[in-house]
Amino acid sequence: MTSVLEVPVDPIVERRRAVQAAATASLGRRKLGSRVALGVCWLFLVIAVIPLVALVFYVTAKGLPAWNAEFFTHSTTPEGVPGGGVWNAIVGTAVITVVATAVAVPLGLLCGLFLAESDGRTADALRFTADVMTGIPSITVGIFGYIAIVRNFGYSGFAGAFAVGFIMLPVIIRAGETAFRGVPRSLNEAAMALGARRATIARKVVVPTALPGVITGALLAIARGLGETAPLLLTIFGNQYLQWNPTKPMAALPTLIYSYSSQPYADLVQVAWGAALLLMAVVLVLSIGSRLLAAYLRKERR
Amino acid sequence: MPRQTRRGGRWSLPDNGYRGLLAVTAILFGALAVWFLVAIVLQAKPAFATLGFGWIFGRVWNPSHGLYGLLPFILGTLESTAIAVALAFPIGLGTAIALAFLVPSRVRPVLSTTVELLAAVPSVVYGLWGLIVLAPIFRDTVEPFLTSVLGWTGLFNGPNNGPSLLLAGVILFIMILPTMVAISRDVLIVVPVEQVEGAMALGATRWQVLRKVVLPGARTGILGAFTLATGRALGETVAVAMVIGNSPYIAHSLKSSAATIPSLIVNNFGESTGTQLSAIFGAGLVLLVIGILVNSAARWLVWSTGNDSAGVELGR
Repeated sequence: MTSVLEVPVDPIVERRRAVQAAATASLGRRKLGSRVALGVCWLFLVIAVIPLVALVFYVTAKGLPAWNAEFFTHSTTPEGVPGGGVWNAIVGTAVITVVATAVAVPLGLLCGLFLAESDGRTADALRFTADVMTGIPSITVGIFGYIAIVRNFGYSGFAGAFAVGFIMLPVIIRAGETAFRGVPRSLNEAAMALGARRATIARKVVVPTALPGVITGALLAIARGLGETAPLLLTIFGNQYLQWNPTKPMAALPTLIYSYSSQPYADLVQVAWGAALLLMAVVLVLSIGSRLLAAYLRKERR
Repeated sequence: MPRQTRRGGRWSLPDNGYRGLLAVTAILFGALAVWFLVAIVLQAKPAFATLGFGWIFGRVWNPSHGLYGLLPFILGTLESTAIAVALAFPIGLGTAIALAFLVPSRVRPVLSTTVELLAAVPSVVYGLWGLIVLAPIFRDTVEPFLTSVLGWTGLFNGPNNGPSLLLAGVILFIMILPTMVAISRDVLIVVPVEQVEGAMALGATRWQVLRKVVLPGARTGILGAFTLATGRALGETVAVAMVIGNSPYIAHSLKSSAATIPSLIVNNFGESTGTQLSAIFGAGLVLLVIGILVNSAARWLVWSTGNDSAGVELGR
């Protein structure tokens, strides 16, 4: 009886149904897999953001109470003596960074110009050297500063500036080369067709056109140089008094943070937090400023 | 009649002079690099002359007995770097994927810029935070917890220290994370959109697109980022010296104090003379060789493999 009413099984429909079921199952599996994997990525994002946010938060929260008028105007005092600041370290860091920048930026940009204008084995070798030098351990640069300067002239701000400048140099070279290479060839050729000398082209065409990139690179290199600690530990010796003269031993913010952090005295640790906040703020302002300035210069040009 | 404008060539050097100036600066830079290498090699030579080469692998550092074994420091450097990299590679890559593809596009630039900015925070700040904030948390919470969960592995024997190999590795991890994320993100977003769309049209899920199309396409760049982050961790000095505890013995547990080559240099530099000072310079040379090898490997990986990921900027 039932056999009469039953529709005979169509093998094509059956097959289609089986394929659809398999596809649904596969899609379900793959969607689940995708959800899980992307969920893990989200989790990693959270894991990555927490310590970085915590760091900024802690440094700000612990550093701000140290900031007062004396902090920025007085030199360091021994533990237990109130009214101490970090003015001597601010001056030291400023002088060291200015000297290092004044030497490394022009030298690095000229080198970058050379690399941008030449192709060949020498340029390749120099480019590779600069690349490798951006990654050498900074402590070995400190050793170099000690051997080259301190051994001959004693501990001094200049020795620190030498080491910091040495670290900044390859960064500026590569940033400069990238910026100079971005200048359109047509501009170069137009200037050449007008009969300009190469130096004129460089000064009036290449450098102005590449300026946003050059400024960004230089500011980032300065930001990096500001925070270098290890090379300074081997070269500047430290100084508890105010010292403007870079031929003498100087204090600096990073080395001050390093030595005060392990002190058992709460007031010195407090000063270290304040100095850390100051250093972090300056570096962040430089980094953000370089981006904004570059964006502004690019917009201005259009 | 308009005033005569300043002639462009007035202050310009002649072509020869200009090229000469550039060549001289380039030579100066090359000479500086050579001087750097030669100076360190020459200063390290006395150590190699009196001690041979075996001291590099000696197990005991005890200058008052004339023992200058570098092995504890080499191991400490490699172990702390290994911890940092083992954490930073998956977490950094996952974060980069999330930043590049998952985060809503309105928050994306803000988060990405924040991460890039954090790469510029000086390492001494990371060290200060690690020593004063993280070390007590590690001693009282993290290390007891890890011991109770993973104690059977034998990696967590001994007392809870705070400053330890583990903490040094974690601080390094947090420090190299922004570098790892920023570079990986840059190479992930330049994978051609046609390939992504093609895979999606074939019915691949988002994760399948990422795993089979985007990640293989960005492989070289990610490898480069990984190697550069490794190089940064290997050479880091102050952040590690502040949180590793600085004991010149081979660590028998992740919770024990250790030392790295950079921390050895910083801590012993001041009071060293003679053979010991030369041995310290020698330690610097060993570190430099390791650092240059890792860095050259990174550059070579990025250069040699054809897919240059559109020439992503790797310098930092």
